[in-house]
Amino acid sequence: MSTSTVIPSPREISTEPRRSDKVFRGVVSAGGFSSLAILGLIAIFLAYRGFEVLKEEGLGFIINAEWTITQDESANVVESDFGLAAMLVGTILCALVAVVIAVPISVFSALYLNFYAPNWLKKILVAVIDMMAAFPSILFGIWGFLVLMPSVEYWGKLINKWLGWIPLFEVKPYFLSRSPFVAGVVLAIMIIPIVTSIAREIFAQAPLDRIQAAFALGATRWAMIKAVVIPHGRSGVVGGAMLGLGRAMGETVAVYTVLNIVFQINWHVLLGAGGNVASLIILKFGEANLYEIKGLMAAGLVLFLLTLAVNFLADFIVKRTGKSGR
Amino acid sequence: MIQTPESEKTMSSTTPSSLASVASAKAERSAPTSAQGTGLEARGIHAWFGKNHVLSNINLDFAAGSVTALIGPSGCGKSTFIRTLNRMHEFIPGAAMAGEVLLDGKDVYAPGVDVTKIRLQVGMVFQKPNPFPSMTIGENVLSGLKLAQLKVHNKDELLESCLVRAGLWNEVKDRLDAHGGSLSGGQQQRLCIARALAVSPEVLLMDEPCSALDPGSTLRIEETIRELSDSMTIIIVTHNMQQAARVSDYTAFFLSDGGPGEMIEVATTSEIFSKPKDQRTENYVTGRFG
Amino acid sequence: MTAVATPQKPWAKRPSDRLREIALLLGAIIFSFVFVGATEMKGKLAYAFVFFAAYGVLTSTYAFISRGAPAAKDAFVSTLVSLGAVLTVVPMASILITVIQKGVPGLHLGLFTNDMSMATSTDPIATGGILHAITGTLTLVTLALVMSIPLGILTALYLTEIKGRFAGPIRFLVQAMSGVPSIVAGLFILSAVLYTITKEYSALMGSLALTILMIPTIARTSEEVLLLIPNDLREAGTALGGTQWRTVAMIVVPAARSGLMTAIILGIARIAGETAPLVLLTGGGDKVNPNPFSGAVGSLPYYIWRSFNAGSPEAMTRAWAGLLVLMVVVFILFIAARSLSNRKISK
Repeated sequence: MSTSTVIPSPREISTEPRRSDKVFRGVVSAGGFSSLAILGLIAIFLAYRGFEVLKEEGLGFIINAEWTITQDESANVVESDFGLAAMLVGTILCALVAVVIAVPISVFSALYLNFYAPNWLKKILVAVIDMMAAFPSILFGIWGFLVLMPSVEYWGKLINKWLGWIPLFEVKPYFLSRSPFVAGVVLAIMIIPIVTSIAREIFAQAPLDRIQAAFALGATRWAMIKAVVIPHGRSGVVGGAMLGLGRAMGETVAVYTVLNIVFQINWHVLLGAGGNVASLIILKFGEANLYEIKGLMAAGLVLFLLTLAVNFLADFIVKRTGKSGR
Repeated sequence: MIQTPESEKTMSSTTPSSLASVASAKAERSAPTSAQGTGLEARGIHAWFGKNHVLSNINLDFAAGSVTALIGPSGCGKSTFIRTLNRMHEFIPGAAMAGEVLLDGKDVYAPGVDVTKIRLQVGMVFQKPNPFPSMTIGENVLSGLKLAQLKVHNKDELLESCLVRAGLWNEVKDRLDAHGGSLSGGQQQRLCIARALAVSPEVLLMDEPCSALDPGSTLRIEETIRELSDSMTIIIVTHNMQQAARVSDYTAFFLSDGGPGEMIEVATTSEIFSKPKDQRTENYVTGRFG
Repeated sequence: MTAVATPQKPWAKRPSDRLREIALLLGAIIFSFVFVGATEMKGKLAYAFVFFAAYGVLTSTYAFISRGAPAAKDAFVSTLVSLGAVLTVVPMASILITVIQKGVPGLHLGLFTNDMSMATSTDPIATGGILHAITGTLTLVTLALVMSIPLGILTALYLTEIKGRFAGPIRFLVQAMSGVPSIVAGLFILSAVLYTITKEYSALMGSLALTILMIPTIARTSEEVLLLIPNDLREAGTALGGTQWRTVAMIVVPAARSGLMTAIILGIARIAGETAPLVLLTGGGDKVNPNPFSGAVGSLPYYIWRSFNAGSPEAMTRAWAGLLVLMVVVFILFIAARSLSNRKISK
């Protein structure tokens, strides 16, 4: 070939879609953007409804812990003080307790399912766990209230007895009922099936040739898992844990049934004084007047943004580490 | 096609000495100089996948310090056979086997045998290079020690010697902290060889180690195999008959006529390629089928 | 010919191995009883804890003696991961047992034929029923399906068939939408529709919120299913001169039919027991409401919720009976989804 060859510019290949296809693509794209529309509308409407309260309270809406409203006899609002701090702290605390308990258990059971369980047992367990992930939260809530709560409060007592010197486990005054710890345990049981399913699927994708390479080097099952499966699945499990965290933060009825809601910031997990944004909404909704409902809308907006942020973070972690940890 | 060692000599100029002389030199050596152990023996090996009988009655001795090539058409059970030798066969669901594999005279399938110890003594290199992606080059080489929790006095020395023996040292000595995935395919495969060497196995199984590599990388691996053969027993599965002729002292020919794979013939490599006893072997090595 | 060799699995557990495992297990059980008896510990938790600790230590000690340190670690981890699996499944068993135990006394002949208009939740169990709740839930689910099936499947089609520039962001948004708390969905409909337009409780309001929760489940499951449809099918359709629209409508969607059904069923299972938005939006009537677009409507979750909050023993029994019915519904939906998706694979 001579150097004078003219390199042709690539031809544009284009086909004019037929009209039916244009309509089809239009409709499908419109449907595809429905999620964007819905999420956008949620943010807009909650902000719009909550605007008055947000403006009134300013930053105090996030950092104050009071939630009071006084009305005169003709139901006019005399004084109101809406602060979400205690509820936010409680939400995060309960969700963190849930994740701290749920993630190790989920990872262990996912490892068991993939690398230890005999095939027949694996099939049964996977069905059972997927089924459990579809259980309605009210089931967890009522079961948690009647069956689990007494035991968990007893565990709380034990933890306080042995680890009470750690500030986190301090209980003063001595009141352990319906603590964030109890709610966290119920939430943990709720998200374990979800996180287990995610972790199981990720572990199942661990490259078989690397697994064989590890075994061929004289690794035990655990050594193989540590060298191949864990590095492969780490980011995915973190993402799954974040999804579980988001789920735990947004849960309403399962928390409401077992948590004692107190408008006071409390970081002591075992103390029977918790908070939860979603439960606040359902607790106050029944007797709220129009102005307080605006406050609840603003609270809903904060919760929405919080879960959105957690989801975003989960996605980011999975994507970022997904590239390098290949 | 060039099939005999004689013509092979003219073919590959990088071979330091002719294959025949290598083979005869090995044969003359009554006792291996530095190879450990007394070698590996397969006694009446059968293998099944579920109801499917894939390997029938293989009897094969591998002398310490020798290189044995297993050749034969696809699906004749060569890979299955070497996977019975280090007990990797049992990972496949539904797998079963019969017979004995004697390593230094002891059956590796005997009750109470610790399978992880067997795999330390019988190393393996796979068809596709599979370095651990989460580890650096250096960590990859020493990963066997970590996996089996072996203690070693001088890690750096071992790291260097393994990489040198695998013919990779000069290429990676300045970037031992780079990830294994940054190497080329051929380098990755030599990294896997170095990794297998680090736990100092007596036997090294190689399952078509060059099938995913280009000719240049293949040549480097073959050089490595020849250098290693002084210190260990090597069993290599290959589809490439020239490769078998270039690297091995002994060659075994496997064949399956629809039923389970069988070993048709085993002899010194020069014999298999110049005067095979069985007509089917001759047909195969002269390229009449397969 | 020599004697025919028989297939063996020398790596399988021998009777002696099994015997040893059982002995170790028994040893751990005995130890847990002795230890709990001898110390001041008490309760099921103590037995379980001591048992697992003892079993872990026993098996890893044995492994250490017979095969060394790596094997000991491996044995200990085996105990740990089994413990994880047990901890995952035990709550499920407990939930099943509790619901059946406490729910069965609440079942009676009139349960599915009466509503609560003539009874309060503290009345004797034999009065009233859940007819209004069943019809209400059916109405809610049907309306939600009408809205979420098109949107969910269109979203999936956008992600798999159009693969537009925005497929990545949309996929993320669908993921984010699945994380929207149900109470937020309820508040949104409350603020955007109920307060603004209709100004009254109705089944429609509830189903709008349920739609928001259901779309991501349907969209994501459908996407997975559509991705399984081999590209050859699409190319074959286009190569035959079909438009993309006809290819999708005549070839892709029918091929994915049972998978899409699975997606829809999983969507139903997701919302069947959803409570929080219904508390905000449906008003929870006590009698059957035939008009889905106006007036308070009952539903199973709302019925359970209200009975639970009423607190009397009769009300609790009602709540458990409602939970039992709800659980059976979810169970049936789940079995249906699984058998459908199994058929998809076998085909």
